Amino acid sequence: MDDGSIGFCLNGNPAQSVAHGHVRLSDVLREEMGAKEVKIGCNAGDCGACTVLIDGLPVCACLTSVAQAQGRDVQTLRGIDLVLLGKLQASFSAHQAAQCGICTPGMMISAAALLKEVPQPNIAQVQDALGGVLCRCTGYRKIIDAVVAVGAPVAGAAAKGAVGDPIARVDAACKVDGSERFGDDVAPEGALVALVIRSPFPHAGFEFGDLDAVRALKGIEAVLTADDIPGVNLFGTIPGFIDQPVFALRETRFKGEAVAAIIGEADVINAYDTDYFPVTWQELPAVQDVSAAQTRDAPQLHEEHENNVMCSGFVAHGDIDAGLRAADIVLSGRFETSFVEHAYIEPEAGFAEMVQGRLHLHVCTQAPVMNQEALAGVLRLSKDDIRIVPTAVGGGFGAKLDLTVHPFLALGAMVTGRPVRMAYSRVESMATSTKRHPGRITIKGGVCKDGLLTGLSFDGDFNTGAYASWGPTVANRVPLHASGPYRVPNYRAAAKGVYTHCPPAGAFRGFGVPQSAIAQESLFDELAEAIGMDALDFRLLNALDNGVPTVSGQVFAQGVGIKPCLEALRPAWEVEKTACATFNKTSSHLKRGVGVAGGWYGCGNTSMANPSTIKCGLRSDGTLVLHQGAVDIGQGSNTVISQIFAQSFGVAVEDVVLVGADTDLTPDAGKTSASRQTFVTGNAAKLSGESLRRQVLTLVNAAEDAQISLGTGTLEMSGGHVVDLSRMEVGEDGYVMRAVASYDPPTEPLDENGQGVPYAQFGYTAHLAVVEVDTQLGTIKAVRIVAAHDVGQAINPLLVMGQVQGGVAQGLGMALMEEFIPGRTENLHDYLIPTIGDVPPIETLIIEEPDAHGPFGAKGLGEHALIPTAPAILNAVHNATGVRLRHVPALPHRVRAALKEAGYE
Amino acid sequence: MTYLAPTTLNEALAALSAGAPSVIAGGTDWYPAQGTRPVKRDLLDVTRIEGLRAITRTDSGWRIGAASTWSDIIRADLPRAFDGLKAAAREVGSVQIQNAGTIVGNLCNASPAADGVPPLLCLDAQVEIGSIFGIRTVPLEEFIMGVRQIDLAQGELVTAILIPKTTDTRRSGFVKLGARKYLVISIAMVAVTCEIENGVLRKARIAVGACSPVAQRLHALEAALEGKSPEAAAPLLQIAEFSQLAPIDDVRGSGVYRLDVLRALISRALMEAAYG
Repeated sequence: MDDGSIGFCLNGNPAQSVAHGHVRLSDVLREEMGAKEVKIGCNAGDCGACTVLIDGLPVCACLTSVAQAQGRDVQTLRGIDLVLLGKLQASFSAHQAAQCGICTPGMMISAAALLKEVPQPNIAQVQDALGGVLCRCTGYRKIIDAVVAVGAPVAGAAAKGAVGDPIARVDAACKVDGSERFGDDVAPEGALVALVIRSPFPHAGFEFGDLDAVRALKGIEAVLTADDIPGVNLFGTIPGFIDQPVFALRETRFKGEAVAAIIGEADVINAYDTDYFPVTWQELPAVQDVSAAQTRDAPQLHEEHENNVMCSGFVAHGDIDAGLRAADIVLSGRFETSFVEHAYIEPEAGFAEMVQGRLHLHVCTQAPVMNQEALAGVLRLSKDDIRIVPTAVGGGFGAKLDLTVHPFLALGAMVTGRPVRMAYSRVESMATSTKRHPGRITIKGGVCKDGLLTGLSFDGDFNTGAYASWGPTVANRVPLHASGPYRVPNYRAAAKGVYTHCPPAGAFRGFGVPQSAIAQESLFDELAEAIGMDALDFRLLNALDNGVPTVSGQVFAQGVGIKPCLEALRPAWEVEKTACATFNKTSSHLKRGVGVAGGWYGCGNTSMANPSTIKCGLRSDGTLVLHQGAVDIGQGSNTVISQIFAQSFGVAVEDVVLVGADTDLTPDAGKTSASRQTFVTGNAAKLSGESLRRQVLTLVNAAEDAQISLGTGTLEMSGGHVVDLSRMEVGEDGYVMRAVASYDPPTEPLDENGQGVPYAQFGYTAHLAVVEVDTQLGTIKAVRIVAAHDVGQAINPLLVMGQVQGGVAQGLGMALMEEFIPGRTENLHDYLIPTIGDVPPIETLIIEEPDAHGPFGAKGLGEHALIPTAPAILNAVHNATGVRLRHVPALPHRVRAALKEAGYE
Repeated sequence: MTYLAPTTLNEALAALSAGAPSVIAGGTDWYPAQGTRPVKRDLLDVTRIEGLRAITRTDSGWRIGAASTWSDIIRADLPRAFDGLKAAAREVGSVQIQNAGTIVGNLCNASPAADGVPPLLCLDAQVEIGSIFGIRTVPLEEFIMGVRQIDLAQGELVTAILIPKTTDTRRSGFVKLGARKYLVISIAMVAVTCEIENGVLRKARIAVGACSPVAQRLHALEAALEGKSPEAAAPLLQIAEFSQLAPIDDVRGSGVYRLDVLRALISRALMEAAYG
């Protein structure tokens, strides 16, 4: 076969590729044939996002040479039999089987292949068929449900989408038909490509050779280094901790740190061997452990941070020493957690171009306005000269808050004047993106014989890696949350972020709280056991309540929902305690156990301004437009914010036209993090909807409760009022009426002991886990999860379930398998996340204790969902085996070692 | 670089003797190993060679052509002695990997954790190797010489796996230990084939993977089990020594752990073979 003329059938039509035979079929389909519905997540067969059918069989297009497609029948999602595709799409939409949507084409095409052979598959058959596709958002159970139910009638969706209606997501259609456009799907043809040169060592000095020789190569348009940064060569997220260079200067502090970028034509960059880049490295002594990093002899990462301590957080309440003295029993424990990788299936990607003198950056991001501000500093541009257009985001979970590809693309476009694109490789993404902080935690708690907690002390060292990123947030949040949602009268908690030569640890769903919850909820089980009290009763006895102060002295008059969450678990708790004991009587090496854990999480920034702004308007043709800047990273803000807005204005969701997110079109709705969008942006949407409604009602003096219906160029209201919009004067933004409203949660500063009002609201949760431990092998299988969540008011119960189930899967991964080792597990076959066969059935119990500040009483949810999962699993393992695991992940060899130590054969 | 996709074996062998192309079949190991680096060597794609993708019965046993995929193994009509191999095939990666990856590629990649090796060792597999000078066969034990090291000279191509005749009564089992359900590299795995006569084990073959640079048969244990009931294996396993194995510590598990769980894995594989 000659290179350059490979013909095959693509979705029923003849296709001809001019690529070399070895080129990955996935690249040819996407770049040459425009089949962007084929997603690339790993280029190693580990994630299945690129699954296509060749002659009817699913394969990874990234492992298939285009030459192997010659003469074959290749099907992408868009080529599936239309009847079957229609059924799959309806079922995926109705079940919320797609969240971010990046894995969805791979899931659906795998499902289609199965359904051709097995029209009515059972759960196990679905798992086997979809086992090769990873999903990081959904927890898989909704995907299984959707495939099993294909062909079953889809329940009629609640049409109006009022608050509380479980409607399908408003952006479902493009997620299930392959048309959603993610970071690497949007660059114009012919865009230049950026390639970043990175440090091969955790700590190194370096010198460049002849960079001009690279610049002189045909097709290379620019070579960028620290010298080319027009502004300040630093970025970060927290004022006072802006410490990460875009390009390292003389010294790199983690493996994978950028030192230069090459910008060139796509074919030239693809053929460029980075081994030839003129840079010489000198490996320097590195420190990667938090304890070692704090010793006198350790290399110092940042001059102004003695002993590598980045910062600390502290909370003291009551008198800890007196509290522990007053206890009948005091227990303590040391816990250790690992780096956890976000492992979104979409690697960081985007493109930048100059448009009429302004920089436009299209990128997958959780924080467009923060990105805009950070880039303005680096590029020495005014914020107004930068437009950030978030693409669809294929999972974020915290790591897409920070700058990643942004400065390389932006600088590349500015220097060359041409569009520049890049997508991180999976290895590049894993080596350089932020991680969950590993925690090394010591905890001590005291309890009286009657079961009441008398005191709790907590000390945590968190490995923040080479740069601060969101490390200060972890250090501050952890002491405020390490009590769990309980009344702890005497409390002292300290957390420290420590620099090491590891990739930066930053924001990851929970900002350190999942780590502290593992220690605290495990210790609580031990305390309960020590006084002979039922683990659930113990938690209920000590649970926070309305009118009871938190460890920061904050008192909520309403909305403290931990007790109802714990109570909701009781039926399953009683059933499973008996069932597990019965199972274990006759089982030799398989032991079952049940465990519970509680959790809480303060929504929004900690004692800091945290506003969101929402704009809306009516056009003269009767179109109602919502400018929604809260980036939807799969969690569903497009839908939730629309539901809140529609209800506030008084129409159905389908009447709302959504605009954004786009920094040119949508006001700042803040970052998608800290479980703040439903709460904070939701309130802004409610206020703006109400404001616009008032304007409309006032115009015709209609009643407060008037029904509004949108017509063409008119608004009709009950009571016979009609507003002729088409005759009204068109004002700002092209609207005849508009409203802009902001909301900032009422918080207050903390004193030196962490006392004050850190959050306007908390969300509460309690999980129950049933596990089966194979005592001979040390493997743990989760059998069942029950997750109770107090969300104040579920704006959309289907989306609540989606957040919960996805969070549970991440908590399960953190407990059982996820351990990022810098330089060693930078791919998705050495770093394991749960597959469709690892997540058990999850029951979601929605509790609604209305919050005083939340829109319609709603509370945030994102992070809460994974906080109690890991400790519930660890407590269940203890219940099953009597063995207490204090080091996560509980990999089989660690579990087996602990079992042997406890005397298991 | 050039991409060669010959349709006859002679063409392929000629190309191999003329240059030093990398051989590619399913690509499931080749592409991940290549990563983002530019391709510089010529590639020889063996998937279009006539007759190479076939699982056939021969006078002396069975022949698995070098382009046969894991899915081909799963779908093939094979005696129960191959059930362990089929079980291994079902646990390789995912459906996507099974549809593309070849079992011969699994041998040639020579990973200590290659799932295909233990079941094939228990089937006394031979490796058929072709070159322009002719055909030779090597026992699988000798073909894989070490981690990523195989007995394959320049100019040679593995053309098939040959499996000698087996009785219809030979049973088999395979147990894989991994840290998750799908898409997982083995921490350790055990394959067994055996006959059961009057309730006792005859001619048992036991092979262990991921516990030494190359998967190994446990000949001493096999001999000790001769004539014993499967239930009687447990006490024998307790005193069995595995000094021939040398498992390493890696991200998937410690060497100590691998040795520790081996008894349970062997016991389960034996029971699966005997009663599964």
